[in-house]
Amino acid sequence: MAIRERLSGNEAVATAMKQINPDVVAAYPITPSTEIPQYFSNFVANGTVSTEFIPVESEHSAMSACIGASAAGGRVMTATSSQGLAYMWEMLNIAAGMRLPIILIDANRAISAPINIHNDHSDSMGARDTGFIQLYCENNQEAYDNTIMAVKIAERAKLPVMVCYDGFITSHSVENILLMEDEEVKNFIGEYTPEEYLLNPDRNISMGPLALQDSFFEFRKQLADAMVESKEIIKEVSSEFAKVTGRNYGLYEKYMLDDAEVGIVILNSSAGTAKDTVDELRAKGVKAGLLKPRAFRPLPYVEITNELKNLKALAIMDKADSINAYSGPLFSEITSAMYTAKLDIPTINYVYGLGGRDVKTDDILTVYEKLLQIASSGKIDQVKHYLNVEE
Amino acid sequence: MIEIRWHGRGGQGAKTASLLLADAAFNTGKFIQGFPEYGPERMGAPMTAYNRISETEIRIHSNVYEPDYVVVVDDSLIGAVDLLKGLKEGGAVLVNTAENIEKIREKLGNFKGRVYTIDASKISNECLKANYPNTSLLAAIVNITKIMNKEDLLENMLESFKHKFSRKPEVIEPNMQAIKRAYDEVIGG
Repeated sequence: MAIRERLSGNEAVATAMKQINPDVVAAYPITPSTEIPQYFSNFVANGTVSTEFIPVESEHSAMSACIGASAAGGRVMTATSSQGLAYMWEMLNIAAGMRLPIILIDANRAISAPINIHNDHSDSMGARDTGFIQLYCENNQEAYDNTIMAVKIAERAKLPVMVCYDGFITSHSVENILLMEDEEVKNFIGEYTPEEYLLNPDRNISMGPLALQDSFFEFRKQLADAMVESKEIIKEVSSEFAKVTGRNYGLYEKYMLDDAEVGIVILNSSAGTAKDTVDELRAKGVKAGLLKPRAFRPLPYVEITNELKNLKALAIMDKADSINAYSGPLFSEITSAMYTAKLDIPTINYVYGLGGRDVKTDDILTVYEKLLQIASSGKIDQVKHYLNVEE
Repeated sequence: MIEIRWHGRGGQGAKTASLLLADAAFNTGKFIQGFPEYGPERMGAPMTAYNRISETEIRIHSNVYEPDYVVVVDDSLIGAVDLLKGLKEGGAVLVNTAENIEKIREKLGNFKGRVYTIDASKISNECLKANYPNTSLLAAIVNITKIMNKEDLLENMLESFKHKFSRKPEVIEPNMQAIKRAYDEVIGG
């Protein structure tokens, strides 16, 4: 039976972690993810979980401790944001390269400078090529559900998973949520029995040793293959999750997209706001729709491209800027997929919401208005736009 | 959907009040949001918090720009912050103040909507022997918004306090007193 509750995103994720009861959690606090190790250390102190909690002295050490514990055969989790994730970057690559199913919770926050504690996706987008699976979440429910599914996905894919949700907007906002029973979570994730691990006296192995010209490339190819295969694993685990909870997740979510003429691609909490804008437009007879990627790593590029093919104009929304004199990361990758699929529709890029700049339904409306102009004229005057910024 | 904006100063409990209201509405079966707008988080600096209360799922994740209700936790914010910005014409403002309601109405300028006042600080000082006006403001805003009746509010808050103050049960009754008084003592319209 689902438990009706009201929790902030951080409370929801800490609750999921309590129900998962991992062997090891190593974390260093940073706003806005601080509450996760804070709540979790309470569970440890109260004996609610049997986890070994390691309060490390930095995020680099947090991920290092996670790598050691995961290589030893444990089920391992951590949480961070922003500069903390940046400081982990070196070790993120090692976690993935060693094929360790570590779960990293990222309450998305801007990267300095200037200092800013609020939300955008610069942190996780900066870690997009580290070999972590990345799951993005619209609200506290999705953050909770993805945290639970991440355990199974990671262990089956032998890849680390990053669960990304918006700092403050989701992490600190209290909303309704449906929780699973403790037993349901326990049964859903099952026992972790790693195939290979360091503390196995019957089979001595090395992990992450030197691999030179004769083998390094093969290891990296295997890592890349694992990411490709993780797509099916995410679908499998999500369908198993739907059987328990009735909540359906795919690699992405469509909203009013099938017959849409103008559409946007947008991640996380702003997708919820944009759904309200779509409803407003639909009420006026405008065929607006949206696509919200859940998995950005692996990128379901064939499926997404296929969903977008009937649009007359498309805007891809980035809550992170690649300072590359071209576009944000989501735009670059999706338009690249469209090009190889020979899908030629007028497509523009919006960078929005950096450093927590609030994203209102009216802001999203200006994007659709731009798209309607483009759809009728067929002309794009400018590829990259900045939404609601003072020039 | 009802949207509420709280204005307070850092440390006065506007965030807690918004979360308490979210809790109370949640307990009557509603969909809710309760969230503060985090700024520099200085003690005494003006801050805002928000609520959305709805019969259906809430998907919007922006701040509230056109509230149905504004709650002013500290009357020294009048004139310092644009308290009525975006407030709907049919909306209402509730001010925690010891001043006469006509005076407050005047200070708020030419607002056409309803104005309410409550001396939540006095109630708090008398019932709790300390200035924690948020539970009293909560009772007053529930009375104004009619999101639940008095009995449901009292029942709800008792449950919530039992949970919140499980280690300090002696403060439950004074808080319940404050809620009852505030519900009855709010004036205006």
